[in-house]
Amino acid sequence: MRHHLILRVITKFLAGTIMLFALYVQFHGDYSPGGGFQAGVIMAVAFILYGIVFSVADVQRVFPPWLVHKLVAAGVLVYAGTGIFSLFMGYNFLDYSALSPHHPEHGQHWGILLVELGVGITVTAVMVAIYYAFVGRTPLISDEEW
Amino acid sequence: MMVVTALAVVRMRSLFAVAMLSGVFSLLSALLFVTLDAVDVAFTEAAVGAGISTVLMLATLALTVRYERHSTHSPAVPLFVVLVTGAALVYGTLDMPNFGAADAPVQTHVGPDYLERSPHEIGVPNVVTAILASYRGHDTLGETAVVFTAGIGVLLLLAGLARRRREGDPIEGEDAD
Repeated sequence: MRHHLILRVITKFLAGTIMLFALYVQFHGDYSPGGGFQAGVIMAVAFILYGIVFSVADVQRVFPPWLVHKLVAAGVLVYAGTGIFSLFMGYNFLDYSALSPHHPEHGQHWGILLVELGVGITVTAVMVAIYYAFVGRTPLISDEEW
Repeated sequence: MMVVTALAVVRMRSLFAVAMLSGVFSLLSALLFVTLDAVDVAFTEAAVGAGISTVLMLATLALTVRYERHSTHSPAVPLFVVLVTGAALVYGTLDMPNFGAADAPVQTHVGPDYLERSPHEIGVPNVVTAILASYRGHDTLGETAVVFTAGIGVLLLLAGLARRRREGDPIEGEDAD
């Protein structure tokens, strides 16, 4: 889509805004609708949009496939690691009070933030990875076909 | 409006239009969730159903043909199954409480308990997040693992196919292009 000037300019503007909104949804999930799942999808949309309008090679330079594949597992590890951490602190699995024994409420805040971060990382990485896998075997379509 | 969209999806032969209409369908059901005050679910539906799914369907479309072939078998049996299932579901809704009724099970079962406990136990204003990440943390860990497994599965499938194609083996049931 090299010659679509408007699309390219708007995408450059939107990709950052979408990521910012994803971060807002991610970290404001305690106070407003949203959380890791939604934020992960929105973050992935920013990369996919960039990949569609520019090229897959361009977006893979920013977010290389090996990093995506590592992040798929890293998200689950962050989540499970939070649970394991509370086990080591002598609490139940995924009991976030362990993160701040003197202020259980703060611990809950931190715990929710951490596990939502884990969810967000996994969802983003899985969506982008699936997108890469699909376009990786697509014969390029000429613009006239649409 | 959702019924009209669904009928249009069934009637259409152009798969591109069908992918777009299923996005419209998701957006309409997101509106339905907003009406039911389930903002978090509506958010997810709009982002996943209307956003990512449509893009992935278009990506799949680029790999296959753009028009559906006419089916060769008779539609009688599938239609019968759909009608029976639909009738059973409609019969099930007859027992449902009225919209917004105060004595509905959803308002009297565990809901009030969570609403009462979460402000001082968790201290997070969004009760949905509190339930999802804290009270039901194990479930959400399971869901994340499901997303992880599904992603790995799709990657293995597609990567395997791509490797076979690169080695030059013809893949069964696919035209050589």
